[in-house]
Amino acid sequence: MFDGYTSSELMSIFAMQGFAGLSLFSVFVLMAMGLAIIFGQMGVINMAHGEFMILGAYTTYLTSGFFQSYLPGLFGGYFLIAMLLAFLVCAALGALIEWLMIRHLYHRPLDTLLATWGLSLIMQQAYRSIFGAREVGVELPDWMMGAFQVTDLVELPINGLFVMIIALSIAVGVYLLMYRSGYGKKVRAVVQNRPMAEAVGINSAGIDRATFALGCGIAGIAGAAFTMIGSTGPSSGQAYIVDTFLVVVFGGAQSLIGTIVSAFGISQAQSTMEFFLSGSMAKVLTLLVVVGILMLRPEGLMALKVRR
Amino acid sequence: MKNSSPLKWFGSREGLYYLALAFLLVVLLPLMLDPFRLNMVGKYLTYAFVAIGLVMCWGKAGILSLGQGVFFGLGGYCMAMFLKLEASTPEATAIQSTPGIPDFMDWNQLTELPWFWEPFHSFSFTLIAVIGVPVLLAFVIGFAMFTRRVGGVYFAIITQAIAAILTILIIGQQGYTGGVNGITDLQTLMGWDIRTDAAKTTLYFICVGMLFLCLFIARLVQNRKLGRILVAMNAQEMRVRFSGYDVAAFKIFVFCLAAAFAGVGGAMFTLIVGFMSPSFIGIVASIEMVIFCALGGRLSILGAVYGALLVNAAKSGFSESFPELWPFAMGALFIGVVLAFPNGLAGLYQTYVMPLEDKLFERGKGARAEATPAKPAAERKPKTEKTDDYDPMIDSYSPEKS
Repeated sequence: MFDGYTSSELMSIFAMQGFAGLSLFSVFVLMAMGLAIIFGQMGVINMAHGEFMILGAYTTYLTSGFFQSYLPGLFGGYFLIAMLLAFLVCAALGALIEWLMIRHLYHRPLDTLLATWGLSLIMQQAYRSIFGAREVGVELPDWMMGAFQVTDLVELPINGLFVMIIALSIAVGVYLLMYRSGYGKKVRAVVQNRPMAEAVGINSAGIDRATFALGCGIAGIAGAAFTMIGSTGPSSGQAYIVDTFLVVVFGGAQSLIGTIVSAFGISQAQSTMEFFLSGSMAKVLTLLVVVGILMLRPEGLMALKVRR
Repeated sequence: MKNSSPLKWFGSREGLYYLALAFLLVVLLPLMLDPFRLNMVGKYLTYAFVAIGLVMCWGKAGILSLGQGVFFGLGGYCMAMFLKLEASTPEATAIQSTPGIPDFMDWNQLTELPWFWEPFHSFSFTLIAVIGVPVLLAFVIGFAMFTRRVGGVYFAIITQAIAAILTILIIGQQGYTGGVNGITDLQTLMGWDIRTDAAKTTLYFICVGMLFLCLFIARLVQNRKLGRILVAMNAQEMRVRFSGYDVAAFKIFVFCLAAAFAGVGGAMFTLIVGFMSPSFIGIVASIEMVIFCALGGRLSILGAVYGALLVNAAKSGFSESFPELWPFAMGALFIGVVLAFPNGLAGLYQTYVMPLEDKLFERGKGARAEATPAKPAAERKPKTEKTDDYDPMIDSYSPEKS
C-alpha cells in the first residue's frame, strides 16, 4: 500500500494523518475522560454520554448565537463562557438524572445500560424537535481560523491545535482532581471498598452524585470543543459512543493513563490507515484489533490491581 | 413437574398458556388480519426468536449480549444469499456485463462470484449455514470471553462493538454484500414464488411452527438441571464453580443457543420480508431486541414472544401516525421497564393476574377433589422458579465484577 509514494511524501502523509489522528484523539480523550470517571470509577454504563456531549455542543451553539447578536465586540472570547456554561448545564442535568434514575440502579450495571440507552433516545429526539434534524455549526472567532504552515507539505489547523490543548488540560485537570485532591481520594476510596469508605464517614451517595455530574460536565466541555472541529446534529453523539466505550475498556477501565494511551493508539491507527484503505475498512480493522486484544487481555492495557 | 402423559400437560396451567399463544397465532390473528398485516405479524414474530434466545442468555444466565442482531443478520444474510443466487440466473441477468452473478456485484464491477458465495447455491448447505454460521461465531466469541471470565458489562460492550464492526463491514464491502441497501429483490425459494399473498401466509405459518419448536427447545433447557445451573450461575457464579461445574462451558452453550435461535429468526425474516439489509443488525437494532425481551419479562420465554409482538406493533403504529413520538415512547419504555417493572409483562402477570387465576382454578377444582393435593404443588413450582430472579442483594454480590 506504500507504492508510488516517495519517502518524504510518506513522511508528510504520516505527519498530516498523524495530526488528523490527533484531533480524533482529542475528541476521544474528551469523551473518554467523562466516561472513564463514570464507568471506571462508578461502574455505571452511561449510554447517553454522547447525548450529554451534544448538549454541550448545542449550549455552545446557543451561546455563540447570543454573543453574535448582543455582544459582537466580545465574540472572540465567547468560547470560554460557552465552555463554562456547557459544563454547568450538563453537570446539572447529570446530577438530576443521577437522582432520578441512576442511584436506583447501582447494583444492576446491565440495567443502567438499558435505562441510559432509553435516556439517550429521548434526548436525541428532544434535540431533533428543538433544533431540527439538520446539523448546526458555530461561527469560529477570527483567531481560531487558519493554519500553521510547518513545512510546505505539512500544515496544522489552529482550531485542531486549540481542541487538543483543551483535551490535554482536561486530562491533567481530571488527573489532579482524582489523584491529588481530597475529593479524588474519597472517590477512589468508594470505588475500592464502598462499605469501608462509608464506615470512615464518607458520604458515598453524595460522592456518587458529584462524580456522575462531573463526568457529564466533562462531556459537556467535550461537546463545546467538538463544535470547533465539526458540526453538531441530534445523532452525532451516538456515532462516537461505541468507539469511546472501547477506548475506556481497552485502556483498562479504572486507569486514566490507560484511557489516554488507548485513545492515542486507536485514533492514530485509525487515521493512518484511513489514508491507505477506505475509511470503513480502517475502522473495521482498528475495531477488530481492539476487540481481539480485549479477548486476549480482558482487563485492558493498564489494569488497576485491587483485591475485592 | 413430570406429567404421566403428554396430553395431560396441555391441561396444566403452563400447557394452557402455550395453547392460548398457539390459538392467538394460528387461529385468531390469521382470521382477523388481511394478508399484509399478517405478514407484518410474521415479521414481528421473527424477532420473537431473538427474544427467546435473550431470555435464555440474559434473563436466565445473566449474560447480556448487545450483539444479537449480528446473529440475526448472519442467519438472514445466509438465507438472502441463497435466494439472491436463485434469482440471478444467467437468463434473468442477461443484460449485465457478467450474467449469472447478483446485480449489485455487477454494478460494483465484480466479474465473478466471490468464493464464499459459491456454497450458497445449495439449499441444504444454506439451511446448515443459517444455524451454523451464527453458532460458530458465538462459539468463538463465547470461548474467548467466557474462558477468561469476562462477563457483565464488558461482554455487553464487546458484543456491541462486534455489531458495529459487522455493520461497517457490510456497508463498506458493497460489491460482496450489497452495501447499505442490503440484498434485495429476492423472488423464489426452490422455484416457489415467495412474493404472493398465499406464499406469505404459508411462510407465516411456517414461522409460527418454527417459533413453537424454539419455544419447546428453550422450555426443555430451562426445566432441566441445565436450566437450573444457568439460573444458579447468574445468582452465585462462584458457588456454581466451586461445586465443580464448568461455568464457561454452560455460558458458551447458552450463548450459542441464543445465537442459533437468532439465526433461525433472521432466516425467517429474510423469507417473510423479502430482503435483508444492515439496518436490521446494527447497534440500534441489536439493543432494541433486548427491549423486546425486557418488556415481555426477562425470565419468561412466552413473555418474550408477547414482548416482541407488542413492541413491534407499537412501533409500527406510532411510526404510521406520530413518527416523532416513537423515540420518546421507546426511551420511556427502556427506562420504565428497568426502573418500575424489571420482570416485564410476565412479572406483572404473575403478580396481578395469577392470583385471580388461582381463585378460578381452585373453584373449578373443588368439584374434582381427587386432583387437589397434587396440582397446587405442580402449580407453585413455576412460580418459585420465577421469583428467584431479581434479588438486588444477591445481584450485588454477583462475582462478575471479580
